[in-house]
Amino acid sequence: MDSENNYIVQALGLGKQVASPEGTLIILDAINLAIKKGESLAIIGISGSGKSTLLGLLAGLDRPTTGKVILNGTDLNQLDEDGRALIRNQVVGFVFQSFHLLPNLTALENTALPLELAGAEQADAMAMQKLQAVGLAERIHHYPNQLSGGEQQRVAIARAFAGNPQILFADEPTGNLDHKTAQRIIDLLFDLNKENSTTLIMVTHDHAIADHCDRQVVMAGGQLTENL
Amino acid sequence: MNTFKFASVSLTRDWHSGELRLIGISILIAVACLSSVNFFTDRVRRATERQATELLAADLVLISSAKIRKEYITKADQAHLTVSLNESFRSVVTKDDKLELTEVKAVDTNYPIRGRLRTSDYLLGAEQYNDSIPAPGSVWVDSRLLQALQVQVGDSINLGAMAFVIDKVLTYEPDRGGDLFNIAPRLLMNRTDLDATGLILPGSRIKYRLLLGGDSEAIDQYRAYINTNKDDHMRVQGIKDARPEIKSALERAEQFLGLAALVSIALAGLAIAMSAQRFAIRHYDNCAIMRCLGLQQKQISRIYLYQLLMLGLICSLAGCLIGYFVQAALTQLMSGLSQQTLPKPSWLPVLSGLFAGLITVLAFALPPLMRLGAVSPLRVLRRDLTPLPVNNYLIYSLAVLALMLLGPWQADNISLTLYTVSGLFLTAILLALAAKYMLALLARLQPHLKMAARYGLANVTRRSNHSIVQIMGIGIGITVMLLLTLVRTDLLENWQNRLPEDAPNYFLINIQPDQVDGVKSFLAHALQYEIELYPMIRGRLTKINDVAVNPDDYENPRASRLAAREFNLSYATKMQADNRLVAGRWWTGESTVEPYFSVEEGIAETLGINMGDTLTYSIAGQEISGHVINLRWVEWDSFHVNFFVVSNPAALKTYPGTFISSFYIPESKRSILIGLVGKYPSITILDVDALLAQVRTIMNQVVRTIEFVFIFTLLTGIAVLFATLQSTHDARTQESALMSALGANRKQIISGLVAEFMLLGLITGLLSAIAASVIELALAVFIFKMDIVINPLIWLIAPVVCCLIIVPTGLFGTRKVLSVSPMLILKKT
Ligand SMILES: Nc1ncnc2c1ncn2[C@@H]1O[C@H](COP(=O)(O)OP(=O)(O)O)[C@@H](O)[C@H]1O
Ligand SMILES: [Mg+2]
Repeated sequence: MDSENNYIVQALGLGKQVASPEGTLIILDAINLAIKKGESLAIIGISGSGKSTLLGLLAGLDRPTTGKVILNGTDLNQLDEDGRALIRNQVVGFVFQSFHLLPNLTALENTALPLELAGAEQADAMAMQKLQAVGLAERIHHYPNQLSGGEQQRVAIARAFAGNPQILFADEPTGNLDHKTAQRIIDLLFDLNKENSTTLIMVTHDHAIADHCDRQVVMAGGQLTENL
Repeated sequence: MNTFKFASVSLTRDWHSGELRLIGISILIAVACLSSVNFFTDRVRRATERQATELLAADLVLISSAKIRKEYITKADQAHLTVSLNESFRSVVTKDDKLELTEVKAVDTNYPIRGRLRTSDYLLGAEQYNDSIPAPGSVWVDSRLLQALQVQVGDSINLGAMAFVIDKVLTYEPDRGGDLFNIAPRLLMNRTDLDATGLILPGSRIKYRLLLGGDSEAIDQYRAYINTNKDDHMRVQGIKDARPEIKSALERAEQFLGLAALVSIALAGLAIAMSAQRFAIRHYDNCAIMRCLGLQQKQISRIYLYQLLMLGLICSLAGCLIGYFVQAALTQLMSGLSQQTLPKPSWLPVLSGLFAGLITVLAFALPPLMRLGAVSPLRVLRRDLTPLPVNNYLIYSLAVLALMLLGPWQADNISLTLYTVSGLFLTAILLALAAKYMLALLARLQPHLKMAARYGLANVTRRSNHSIVQIMGIGIGITVMLLLTLVRTDLLENWQNRLPEDAPNYFLINIQPDQVDGVKSFLAHALQYEIELYPMIRGRLTKINDVAVNPDDYENPRASRLAAREFNLSYATKMQADNRLVAGRWWTGESTVEPYFSVEEGIAETLGINMGDTLTYSIAGQEISGHVINLRWVEWDSFHVNFFVVSNPAALKTYPGTFISSFYIPESKRSILIGLVGKYPSITILDVDALLAQVRTIMNQVVRTIEFVFIFTLLTGIAVLFATLQSTHDARTQESALMSALGANRKQIISGLVAEFMLLGLITGLLSAIAASVIELALAVFIFKMDIVINPLIWLIAPVVCCLIIVPTGLFGTRKVLSVSPMLILKKT
């Protein structure tokens, strides 16, 4: 087996620079990272250190200035925006700090959205299953503004797993939740992760949560260091 | 602190940060639209009036029974007005043993000041424009005079003490109006020959006219001067006093234009209100921080008031400037269509533009901005602390107030303004209610739909309050657009249909009672249809309810003129088809023996005649009295024979009179007339084609004007659409980034938007079609007083047009949403 195939996500010399009033700002400086299938990785670091930027590049939400990302065997640089959208839809799931549910859609419709985007036949039925799995079977016809923060994040998790992704990206998924709710969400996330044998890449600054992961990396000064 | 200085600083800061730009641009668009409408309509209105002046051959005419005094002419010269003098009188023209009474008009070289003469070189020859007047020693005459005297061009005829050579046949004379049925044939001569004819003697009945032309300001000034220095035996005729059919065409045009301008203001107001709302919401945090830093509520309110006033002033000025250029471009565009050069723009629209801009801004933007003063400083700790919303009634009353304030001088017609504002208000409320129920109904469809349709529907139904505003805002715009296109076409076509292609083009007058049957059967045979002959008896109104009628008792010059003149009376068993009873009953059959009168409502009002009054007419030395038992509305624009006063046969049948008729003869069948005249030489034929053509030209100009104004209304409608889109821009950007992160490709995002805008378009179109139909019915019945059949195409065209406008505009307005990076989703919101 080719060594590359052991890694589901690979960052090679990944760099991101942006223009700022004070000149070019280097957010990420030639980062190398390789994540194995089924592995769970925590990215930690202080606010503004570039964690989200890295996550966005790994997930194909953005283009790097230098270097490349190989996701599930595909070089993302070779794809256009629609090509990357297809990868995001087929391979990747997301959980965000501020939930990001569409306010105009019900819990069920939100969950079914990625499936519908993929053109799935039984989108609603599959979405139902996932909502059951996150314990929201009773609330499927509720709109986001009728749900608590924890419930909204459960819907987001159901949505993230709806398309049976291989990799789940989570950006501070508990950042907007109280401690107790956060704990339950994290438990749910890891349970589902195990059940679906998904690769999990999670940004957090909560060390207790990071400790749940197989591996931790620290972002600082545009560089990534392994936290052993 | 100096709130004014702070306001101006934050104005520039907010402008740069892009937040005020939106509201500023709304004002700019509003005022640009408004002022270009004003500039343009002002010019076109003056041009249209100028065209109407052709019917006077001048902008203003003084008519006097005595020689026009020198000082009037001097005054006109000083005012740099073009001056032309003419004398007209009746005299007999002779040729050998034949003689004919003619209407002589002696003109100078400036005649006519407006319009052009047309002549032909021989009887029934080709007609040509002619910008000269008869040379001394020669005359131009009506074809009727040639027929009556059996002479030709080149022959000589005698007028008074002088012999004249007939040089041309006079075919068209702009100010030929007057009483169509009583004019003898025209003879046009040069004023320099007047003395030599020896016809100007003391006691001769001569009408002296002073024709004046110039720009409208100078004319208005001169008119004011005349009104205060008028001789007793003099009257003034301006465009407004011209023929009733032209007057009503102009008035209707102004009604349409006023309506359009008012709607533009309302739409702009809507756009401004929405922008201001968004501006306010985005400034809550700012204000909370300022409050924390110690600013008082009052100071915050003042800052935003100043900011608004400054913005309003600057943008209104800029808007006027843009309006000026847009108007100039439009004029350029239109110059190809109309041969006529428009008068220079006046400065009035700048003032009215500034005024309207400030009023609109204050009425529509102030309420949401004043909420900013009420932001709690605690908001810095609890973001959900939002000030109480402004009382909706306050917003609505302010908006209505502003429209009322701006309305009258736009429309020059208070009842129209009232109709329009309450109509708009009602339409808005009804549209909102209908939209609300329609959205609730549609929401049930959502689970059964597929991807794009479902997402689009969700966007429309879940933001239902927002959608209602959008539907209402765009709906009003579209409703007005429908009114201005489909409904306007309906109404105008109906209106123009009053001058159908087969409108009567000939009048027959002077038909003797013993010729009636012969003429009827001759024409029935030649035209293949029956024509109606109407009796006509001339009589002077002497008494109303035993009070003698004295022309001098009437203040209104038209009333006094009417009272002085002989009436053309008629009698009839049945009412004419183009008349409508407005009061009382028609008499039944011939059975009545008591004399009754039926009076046209307009003249009844002018002369102060009421239902039940007794009118006394003096006819051929005899007096006849009768009660007024009904009032009629008459469709004058039909050009059918009609009478101000009609009696039952019992009243007038025994009096001596003649018969008259009107009918249409196509160009190809004119020979019929020659046959008719050959058989009945005493019957006079009047050609009204030329007059009809003139009226039709003016109407076409009016239609074109309204079409141009319609473009501006369309623009303001689109501005409203943009304002609604911009108020959802932030949410849309966020959603689009999320959809993209979840793997939606560009096509999927676009089809979601297309579905949404299409749905919005369909709902808006349907509701607007309903609204427009209702308004059309109301307008037809209450204002234009005509029957109308609603065009069934409206149900197809309205939704299609709405989609064609809303989908591309919507996609253009949300184009930034399409290029948003999914990375946005990882940024702090
Ligand atoms: N497009 C951009 N333009 C300018 N600065 C950016 C851009 N994206 C990120 N940054 C900056 O890069 C830094 C890292 O941002 P981010 O990755 O969001 O950090 P973290 O998620 O670790 O808090 C921040 O200082 C942020 O302001
Ligand atoms: Mg971050």
